[in-house]
Amino acid sequence: MRMLGCVSPPTQGNLTILGGDPVRDGAAIRARLGVVPQEDTLDNELTVRENLLVYGRYFGLNRSLIAERTDQLLDFVQLTERANDQVDPLSGGMKRRLTIARSLINDPEILILDEPTTGLDPQARHVVWDRLFRLKQRGVTLILTTHYMDEAEQLCDRLVVMDHAKIVAEGTPRELIARYSTPEVLELRFAPGEQEAAFEKIKALSSERTELTADRILLYAADGDELLARVRTAGLEPVAEFVRRSTLEDVFLQLTGRTLVD
Amino acid sequence: MTSALAPLGRLPGKWDLSVRAFRCWLVAYRRTWRSSIWSSVFGPLFYLGAMGYGLGSLVDKHGTATLGGVPYVVFVAPAVLAVQSMNTAMTNAAFPVFGAMHWNKIYLAARATMLSPADIFRGHLLFIAMRIALNCAFFVAIMAAFGLIRSALAVALLPAAVLLGVAFAAPVAAWSVTLANINPMNYLFRFGSVPLMLFSGTFFPIGSLPGWLRPVAYATPLWHGVALCRALSLGTADPGSAALHVGYLVAMTGIGLWWGSRTYYRRLYV
Repeated sequence: MRMLGCVSPPTQGNLTILGGDPVRDGAAIRARLGVVPQEDTLDNELTVRENLLVYGRYFGLNRSLIAERTDQLLDFVQLTERANDQVDPLSGGMKRRLTIARSLINDPEILILDEPTTGLDPQARHVVWDRLFRLKQRGVTLILTTHYMDEAEQLCDRLVVMDHAKIVAEGTPRELIARYSTPEVLELRFAPGEQEAAFEKIKALSSERTELTADRILLYAADGDELLARVRTAGLEPVAEFVRRSTLEDVFLQLTGRTLVD
Repeated sequence: MTSALAPLGRLPGKWDLSVRAFRCWLVAYRRTWRSSIWSSVFGPLFYLGAMGYGLGSLVDKHGTATLGGVPYVVFVAPAVLAVQSMNTAMTNAAFPVFGAMHWNKIYLAARATMLSPADIFRGHLLFIAMRIALNCAFFVAIMAAFGLIRSALAVALLPAAVLLGVAFAAPVAAWSVTLANINPMNYLFRFGSVPLMLFSGTFFPIGSLPGWLRPVAYATPLWHGVALCRALSLGTADPGSAALHVGYLVAMTGIGLWWGSRTYYRRLYV
């Protein structure tokens, strides 16, 4: 993400952003980017408005244009009431929204967001999603990284799954689910101790992927209810069962595995 | 990718970009200048009172021939000015630079914009130079008001003091930006500015130091600043030594600028 933001030299391969070479034209490219870094870089000692003023000045905007855009942007991220408050006491969600507002001060063509909702509560996440969606509708290109598959599903037209710095899959969320998973997933729980034995029997019932985790059995299926009926017919009675739609998370775990990557 | 992409815009000049970075610091300074006045203006005045007038009354009783025949307070005032400039430079180039990397992240925010690491460095240096100039201007005015200036050459006192400060600020900032924690800064002050302040011909002439130590004192940047300020204030400046002092400080500034543009680049473009 830092390479895309032109603040880090490309390590390998070719990179062209807005038709320019990020090494040679870094500053000219950055002039047309907005960046929302993973860690906020707001100046906590300044007010909300001053943070936007400082940032606008970096892009050479004059005071009246900055003031005009500040009003619009604070309204857009719902921070108008806090305009003259210091940044420090703001909540995590407010700081994130302010960072987004700040990144838009130069009216960027591309907005780069690095895990924009990590650490936010559900309400705050939904506000951020809503604002990002509106930006997308206005024609701003969003490039975002996320570990939240629901976030990717909500916001992305085109999704790239990365594992150990390699692209392992690419497509729309819907395409990826169709390609790498089944339409539904059946989740079963058995009494402690019975799980392994049940799993051995169930494997024979399904031609699709099956997975045994510490606390449950995952069965990928075109029709979850139909498979559940077959499990019961085979004389197995789970203590809990749950049929759900396949999600991007299933795709992600299938592609990158369950082992922790730090 | 068939839609026409607008060509990348031309960048403004380096000076313009550095001024943009400088103005960012002004926004923050607008809130803190009142509290900063106490430490930066009254501190040196206390020095002048205690050393110049207090200690000076004892010194003057024993004759001031080694001081050039002027009262001690007249001898020491330009040196206090030089020390003030150095201290303003070092404190402003140490903690705020570190803070801009680690605490308020001013540098990290700025690098995502069209500023380059060198613009960020020069912009901050401009702000530090402004702080130095304000503090020194106030002190020069006090010197004039108390009749401690003996020569018309003193019109060059303020630029000389600012040059001295910038000569310190540039390399200190260049170094501070590289630090991962603030502990080494204590060494800078303990083994850097404090001995410099005491032994650079500030409170007594270098001739009073032991012979083997004198060459060391003559080599220090603060001595060049003190000697320059004193010569301008007392009117004893001769073109040759003045040029040497100025040359030394300009060279130190140049090295600091070069070094800083490298260290800032390495820290902000990784």
